[in-house]
Amino acid sequence: MDFKDTPEEAAYRQQVREWLAANAPKKREGDPDPLGESSDGLAASKAWQAKKAAAGYACITWPKEWGGQGGNPIQQVIFGQEESAFPTPGNPFQIGLGMCVPTVMTFADEDTKKRFVGPAIRGEEIWCQLFSEPSGGSDVAGARTRAERAPDGSGDWIINGQKVWTTGAQFSDFGIVICRTNPDAPKHKGMTMFWIDMKDPGVEVRPIHQMSGGSGFNEVFFTDLRVKDSQRLGAVDDGWRVSLVTLMNERLAVGGASGAGWSAFLESARQTPGLDGGAAIKDQALREKLADWYVQAEGLKHTRNRTMTALSKGETPGPESSIGKIISAVQMQELANSAVEMLDQYGIINDPSLAPLRGAFQASLMSAPGMRIAGGTDEILRNIIAERVLGLPGDIRVDKDVAFKDLPTGR
Amino acid sequence: MNFDFSDDQKFLKNEARKFLEAQCPTSRVRKVLDEDAKSFDEDLWKAVGEQGWLGAAIPEQYNGLGLGRLELCVIAEELGRAVAPIPFASTVYFLAEAVMLAGSEEQKAYLLPRIAAGEVIGAMAVSEGPGVTSASTLQATVEGGTLNGVKLPVTDGDIANVALVLAKENGKPGLFIADLTDASVTRDALKTLDPTRDAARLTFKDAPVRRLGEAGQGFELLEQINDRAAVLLAFEQCGGADRCLEMAKSYALERYAFGRVIGSYQAIKHKLADIYVKNELARSNAYYGAWALNTDAPELPVAASAARIAGSEAYWFASKENIQTHGGIGFTWEMDCHLHYRRSRQLSLVAGAPRVWKERLVSQLERRNAAA
Ligand SMILES: Cc1cc2nc3c(=O)[nH]c(=O)nc-3n(C[C@H](O)[C@H](O)[C@H](O)COP(=O)(O)OP(=O)(O)OC[C@H]3O[C@@H](n4cnc5c(N)ncnc54)[C@H](O)[C@@H]3O)c2cc1C
Repeated sequence: MDFKDTPEEAAYRQQVREWLAANAPKKREGDPDPLGESSDGLAASKAWQAKKAAAGYACITWPKEWGGQGGNPIQQVIFGQEESAFPTPGNPFQIGLGMCVPTVMTFADEDTKKRFVGPAIRGEEIWCQLFSEPSGGSDVAGARTRAERAPDGSGDWIINGQKVWTTGAQFSDFGIVICRTNPDAPKHKGMTMFWIDMKDPGVEVRPIHQMSGGSGFNEVFFTDLRVKDSQRLGAVDDGWRVSLVTLMNERLAVGGASGAGWSAFLESARQTPGLDGGAAIKDQALREKLADWYVQAEGLKHTRNRTMTALSKGETPGPESSIGKIISAVQMQELANSAVEMLDQYGIINDPSLAPLRGAFQASLMSAPGMRIAGGTDEILRNIIAERVLGLPGDIRVDKDVAFKDLPTGR
Repeated sequence: MNFDFSDDQKFLKNEARKFLEAQCPTSRVRKVLDEDAKSFDEDLWKAVGEQGWLGAAIPEQYNGLGLGRLELCVIAEELGRAVAPIPFASTVYFLAEAVMLAGSEEQKAYLLPRIAAGEVIGAMAVSEGPGVTSASTLQATVEGGTLNGVKLPVTDGDIANVALVLAKENGKPGLFIADLTDASVTRDALKTLDPTRDAARLTFKDAPVRRLGEAGQGFELLEQINDRAAVLLAFEQCGGADRCLEMAKSYALERYAFGRVIGSYQAIKHKLADIYVKNELARSNAYYGAWALNTDAPELPVAASAARIAGSEAYWFASKENIQTHGGIGFTWEMDCHLHYRRSRQLSLVAGAPRVWKERLVSQLERRNAAA
């Protein structure tokens, strides 16, 4: 057990520091944006991604031949630690590089991989994940978007249907989409995965106005979208298994919610008048909460680091990574709410020019409900831990052995 | 960076588990629980001594094994899991660590080999009554090398032969080593929430004592000792909490209600998932604490506080929800659930309640934040 760098790690850190000092932005462009709700910073994000890619820092653990650095997960941790000290722009590439592209790399042919991996790493092309539908997000296997063979015998597929809550679809170039190909089979056995061109005329993206005010996610409609059979990922009707690869990577990519954390709270509590005219940080109730948040945040950080150690020993990430989002999304919400309540009547003000920390707590408060839902709800993640880590039985299912088309549906 | 124990340490842990499964099944723990006269498991204490565990972290020059604190951590986890009814924490995490930290050469040469040989049982005599002991409440006094005062509760005070006593000397707090076999000391056993770890009231009447460490540094030294102990106690808490999760899980897979195993109901699944999450966070904090302890890092006070807070929370939650998962049978004396419920209270209180540690943690974060 050693929480300090080995000599090689220290050298790597030094190299990273020097590179960041010379290349990283010194000043943030626009406000930090936990859900990627605006595309204002897109140019800055792309520029930063290109710089990292050129230096090998974009996907440190990926093989060199694919544009990575062939590095180990600990180096990834080191880079992350050092990068977080800089006001870098938002990262709209996470869904692509964390989930979609690894899925493409697992299931696509060489030519497809060669075509897509490089531009994705360099931030030239952005990917989105088209899984959730109006009829179900937790229940991914309930997808109704249809893909049918074109009647002309070309082997092409014609896609019709609708996806929803698709983060970044408005500025994405490509996406992976899970479709129903056999409604006569039980739900898990009749789906197929494809990659698609988001700029195709058969794809229509309509931004959704979120409760937080922004529009980071979208409705996506497919009208006779024609795709080649070579755009299929995995076997016909085997899309469920392909989606599991995406979702396994998701657990690592969506490590935790960001937003204003315990140190921002501490800073704010030192400057805000409390119960008796002294600083709010003297309030014992707030102190105890602060201690709890710190302990959770530290626990999560070290849990992630333990996972990285396991990865660097060649183990695969297990469902235990779900812990990260269960804890951090709820903490984000509770911490933001306490911070807003600490301001007393003033807390209601949501104007960055008046609210402390440019309204970071108000922004967290309004984003947090989405974090508890995105990438698996609190409830679904608890099911995953109970079933796949602890080995408790799955929920009783009424939908397993029934043909998809005969399943009952609600709203 | 490497956030895991080494293979050797894992091997030691495995051996410790096997040893305790054989030597410390809960039937043995219950002997101490059920027999009022029995304060600890003397045979287990001897056996643990023969394994070398008492001197695991004591340097070889004092007849210890000279291993690191990480080895002690894995042993602690197994002792916690087994709810071992022995004065290991008082003797090893508190007394031995305190002597190694602040003892004079003479004190080390006298006490450490005796601890390693199992001849000394230690105790921490700090509390004097309800609430937090502070410089303004401290009553015990030392004058001319003799101690007067009353301490309660002193965990293992009824069986220990050496105690570390917090007392004022010339108005300033200090820590003192007292020989509890001296005629000037009276002990009365106390009823406690966890009878598998007894406690006593100690009355000192002109008891001869020697100071540990600098004069007037009693509370500072106590904090340092508590930091060390807190990390080791956190491993006991992790061991206990994980055992509770195992018990809850296996019961949830066996017990039927409404025609199906209770582990198939989400209310139970999600409860167990919550236990798992808390246990993992406690473990990660304990690992960081272990590293800080083993390397005597400047981060130790913060790391130890986090380990203690997370460990206390996890064991409390796991022990109470384990009972809940068992239903009525969980509330019986015969089920082992309450052994953990009791021990979780003992471990959370013995080195100061979580509330006190949270305050300590936040004061340190404030200082760090002000300096940054
Ligand atoms: C900010 C944000 C970004 C998103 N980005 C994307 C994206 O890029 N791509 C994409 O495909 N999707 C995305 N999603 C969709 C997200 O994955 C779904 O919203 C989520 O999985 C929940 O699905 P749902 O909305 O259909 O709710 P439902 O599945 O209908 O859930 C409603 C409620 O029922 C509960 N519930 C459902 N099933 C169970 C069960 N078995 N046991 C217990 N409780 C249950 C849920 O926990 C929830 O509380 C995003 C969502 C948000 C909020």
